[in-house]
Amino acid sequence: MSENSLLRTANLSKNFGSVSVLKSINLDIAPNESLGLIGDNGAGKSTLVKILAGVYLPTGGEIFLNGSPVRFKSPIDARAAGIEIIYQDLALCNDLDAASNIFLGRESMKRIGIGRWLDRKQMMDEARVALAELGADIEPDQLVGSMSGGQRQLVSVARALQFSPRLLLMDEPTAALSSTKITLLLDLVKNLKKKNVAVIFISHRFTDLLSVCDRIIAMRDGCISAEIKPSESKTSEIMERLQFALSGEEK
Amino acid sequence: MQNRSLAFIKLAQPILTPSNTLIKILKRNLGSTGLGLLVVLITQIILFSLLSPYFLTANNFANIGRAVTIVGIASVGATIVMIAGGFDLSVGSIMAASGMLAAFVVNQGQSTLVGLVAALSLGSLIGILNGFVIAYFRINPLIATLATLSIVRGVAYIISDGGAIVISEKTFLNIGIDDYFGIPLTVWICVSLFLSMGFLMPRTRLGRYVYAIGSNSRAARLAGIRVSRWILLFYVISGATAALAGFITVSRTGTGEPSANIGAELDIITAVILGGTVLTGGRGKLIGTFLALAVLAILSNGLILVGVPSYWQLPVKGCVLMGAIIWGEIRRTSRDTL
Repeated sequence: MSENSLLRTANLSKNFGSVSVLKSINLDIAPNESLGLIGDNGAGKSTLVKILAGVYLPTGGEIFLNGSPVRFKSPIDARAAGIEIIYQDLALCNDLDAASNIFLGRESMKRIGIGRWLDRKQMMDEARVALAELGADIEPDQLVGSMSGGQRQLVSVARALQFSPRLLLMDEPTAALSSTKITLLLDLVKNLKKKNVAVIFISHRFTDLLSVCDRIIAMRDGCISAEIKPSESKTSEIMERLQFALSGEEK
Repeated sequence: MQNRSLAFIKLAQPILTPSNTLIKILKRNLGSTGLGLLVVLITQIILFSLLSPYFLTANNFANIGRAVTIVGIASVGATIVMIAGGFDLSVGSIMAASGMLAAFVVNQGQSTLVGLVAALSLGSLIGILNGFVIAYFRINPLIATLATLSIVRGVAYIISDGGAIVISEKTFLNIGIDDYFGIPLTVWICVSLFLSMGFLMPRTRLGRYVYAIGSNSRAARLAGIRVSRWILLFYVISGATAALAGFITVSRTGTGEPSANIGAELDIITAVILGGTVLTGGRGKLIGTFLALAVLAILSNGLILVGVPSYWQLPVKGCVLMGAIIWGEIRRTSRDTL
């Protein structure tokens, strides 16, 4: 599956001042693969996905998208390349409605007379369809600030999927959800695979990763410490290997 | 008994429903703060009409209008800045400085239009300065505009050496005096400014980003919005509307003076806050500011007509502002805990 990679990083590194947060990360992900990232706080998972999302510039190394080198100077560049991210805190505007959040920064416009105007009806209609597809019981004109945590999560998922991404980055998407909502979200990730969307999924929860990921990468101190394919080994074995990879004890 | 009350409800339905839908429509367009202000406004008008025979006259309302438009025009830009989570204390100084520039330019033999353009340019320029410092150096807007408040007024004093510039140009002076259809020209200008911005806000990127940036500027930036550039633009709009207000001040008083509009920023901020704009940004409406201006203007006019000594105006205004902030805070916390 990973013969032709969608995205590949070569020796990607990131320093914040004198602190080296990522050290020479070599990662690749296939077009419809779901990749899990696991690691302790400070292992560099969030930094890695933020670089891929264009939030941070890498200190060193390169990113290749479909084989050609890319450089994301801002989240706009990454989005234009088809990479979407769902932030841990969702990054929604509470005072805007669901539709406005879904289209934030990418509003549909129409030209009438002089100037360009927001195409509010178009956005409302598309947002309604997008939310319904996710099985969300949310009206597009509902204020995000009045929603529950699960509903807010779905709005941010709808936003990430609205512009047909090729790669979806999810930073701890299950952290704020109840267990029933987690099941729904995991199903959603499984469905994305069918739509040929690659996913990088950060979580501390082994069970989440085991249920949706084709491959799990463990990170420690800014390095990849293990790579595991759940389909190729028994769960108990995987758990054992992950424990080692995360705690740093040698086998 | 039950049947009878059911029948009563059925009978009353056609009478009750339209008023319910009216309230719904009003609430949707004004917000609950706006609706409250409308009720206050109507109550005030009824009360002062009963207490003073001079209140409900066309002449008095023209006076109220003239008095409020200067602060009103500047409030348009201030509302936008404050919904976006910013603050502009420099508006009073911008009004004085741009008014003086307009007076100076017109006295040099230029047309009133050139004077207006000069005033608007100066206001926008100071807006750029404010916006640049706030957006790109991440300086707290209160501090940044407090600095420009002093700088701009100080420079106005230095250049004029404290003196006033008296204008005699008829066109310029007429702007502050003319009536159309019994309504002062300045009121037309103020109302059309509110209407056009009120029309643009829900229909343009500008309007949407005002709310987005005020609500969560980090989320806006992550969504690919060039937040700093937009913030710069909001302060330019504030500077420009303040400049227009300064221009109109000169046309009304006939002089451009460095001490004009001192403290105007406080009236403006009072109106914006009373109108329902939240200090932390993200929420507010131009129509709210407009209604708040009307409430405040009628309050001070009515108090004078009823014979309340003028010294009472300031504490009354202060109490209204305090009440508005407390009310807003209660609503905010009750909504957030829901």
